[in-house]
Amino acid sequence: MDYLLTDEQKMIKELAHKIAEEKIRPAAAKYDISEEYPWEVLRVMAASDMFGLFIPEEYGGLGAKVMNLCLATEEFSRACGGIAVCYAASALGTFPIVLFGTDEQKKKYLPDLAKGKKVAAFAITEPEAGSDASAIKTSAKKEGDYYILNGLKHFITNGGDAETYVVIAMTDKSKGARGASAFIVEKGTPGFTFGKKEDKFGIRASSTRELIFTDCKVPAKNLLAKEGMGFIVTMRTFDMSRPGVASQALGIAQGALELAVKYVRERVQFGKPISSFQGVQWMLADMATEVEAARGLVYSTARMVDAGIKDVAKESAMAKMFASDTAMKVSIDALQLFGGYGYMKDYPIEKYVRDAKITQIYEGTNQIQRSIIALKLIKEMAK
Amino acid sequence: MNIIVCVKQVPETTEVRINPETNTLIREGVKSIINPFDMYAIEEGVQLKERFGGKVTVLTMGPPQAEGALREAISMGADEGILVCDRAFAGSDTWATSYTLAGAIKKIGAFDLIICGKQASDGDTAQVGPGISTHLNIPQVTYVKKVEDAKEDVMRLERMLEEGYEVVETPLPALLTVVKEINEPRIPSLRGMMRAKSAKIIIWSQKDLNLDPQQIGLCGSPTQVVKIFTPPQRQGGQILKGEIPDIARQLVELSRSEVS
Repeated sequence: MDYLLTDEQKMIKELAHKIAEEKIRPAAAKYDISEEYPWEVLRVMAASDMFGLFIPEEYGGLGAKVMNLCLATEEFSRACGGIAVCYAASALGTFPIVLFGTDEQKKKYLPDLAKGKKVAAFAITEPEAGSDASAIKTSAKKEGDYYILNGLKHFITNGGDAETYVVIAMTDKSKGARGASAFIVEKGTPGFTFGKKEDKFGIRASSTRELIFTDCKVPAKNLLAKEGMGFIVTMRTFDMSRPGVASQALGIAQGALELAVKYVRERVQFGKPISSFQGVQWMLADMATEVEAARGLVYSTARMVDAGIKDVAKESAMAKMFASDTAMKVSIDALQLFGGYGYMKDYPIEKYVRDAKITQIYEGTNQIQRSIIALKLIKEMAK
Repeated sequence: MNIIVCVKQVPETTEVRINPETNTLIREGVKSIINPFDMYAIEEGVQLKERFGGKVTVLTMGPPQAEGALREAISMGADEGILVCDRAFAGSDTWATSYTLAGAIKKIGAFDLIICGKQASDGDTAQVGPGISTHLNIPQVTYVKKVEDAKEDVMRLERMLEEGYEVVETPLPALLTVVKEINEPRIPSLRGMMRAKSAKIIIWSQKDLNLDPQQIGLCGSPTQVVKIFTPPQRQGGQILKGEIPDIARQLVELSRSEVS
């Protein structure tokens, strides 16, 4: 399908494709096994200006366009969902600063993030606060020119490897969700350490780690927006970043589909390539149609965000949910088409199944996405 | 350091088909790329610019579409591109090509270094680089695998040999041809691609260069392609059996009969 991309978007897609094929695909299996953070690949992305895609020009980027970020993330994810998420998670950690940072905060943090010299991370999840983000316990108490942070964040993508963190902590527990605030915390701040690194089912090239705050002194000027705006920062960030996660899922689905089509043309059974069997063909047709439908939803949402439409919560949720459900289904079907070989680690397809699964879970489980969509529908009808 | 990098656009496939009637390459449907060896030349030019400052000019001779090769080089960090393009240059062999490129380089003017890939993947002659240096009467160092250091008028290089390498010092200006061991060509940047897209490519024709008509194009090319063919596949050899003295004797007899 032709999505009428601009010349600039075609260029981004072409360049991201080149990076994916030359640098990501050949390294995917290595990082999946070693769980090493893929700095080598990220440096190539950085040299090609890919980290500038989600940062405004005046702060050293190439314009904060969600569509551009989606195109790059999709291409990277076709080759490896794990390496791609290191990139996309830096965008997630950067968006709060782009959206809510003061000029001073932006000048301080964005240029290095745009160059890919540093990567970012976003930290809200805690052991007892997953889908129920209002249950977070990490606290921030103001003392003079500082906030003192105490608590534990876990499952933080890019944790330990990122230099710049946006952390959500409670400044006033009595106010519930309205008592949360967002802070920029730099790696190396006294009292800020890292805990357990998770051993994951998929996206193993990315790091997922605990952040530990023990009387961590964060300068008051690192508060993003105002006290009490932590959840607004979070929600607006997710509206921006969900098309990104959706495009990660889309890329995984596309990558799995391509591998499957290639394989069924080569695999011979009963004297002919299995691509000649109608049962196989119909599976491919369904897979390709679902991927294209997901792409339509993801691109449309990204374009809405870029057009400045404020309320995209429903569309972002739909894109994230549909693309990730598609990634799961298409990668499972692709593995089925590989038959017994697909179950073996010598073949690349099982990794797509493992990488796809997380996209249904993180940045809001797909059940939470459905709740967002339904509530929005009901609200719209009540107007 | 003013650096000129010479590149050639070639068909992508390594299995180029030949039209047996005309003895020319069948180019239809084959994507054009920068000769892979020239990618190392571009990268080295850009790296030397980053190390020592200066400017990288990319030069090619070819049809109008060869502009694409220049833009790609610009996206990797070259500063400007010059396309030498004229029907009068068509059919050039390595002599006429190196004469023509040398003419273009004279028109560019002052330079410190010319870098070429060691050879082109389509013709495989490795003659154009050395040809240019001869036409310009400057030193050449072929098969360079490392630029150790450069001062104002002298450069220290490592030159690859079949076994090992030799360290060579050359006065500048000079011409180098480089091997793939010298670097890893970079993936372009988005900013570079944008710059390349809008870059103005300089196009020079025979009128601009005013070269000796007897030395350009087909009539300036002493090479005549009489026939191009794919060499027949080697047939399986003969295995001699028995004791070593017997085998030796058989071998001598066979060699004699083969020769006669």
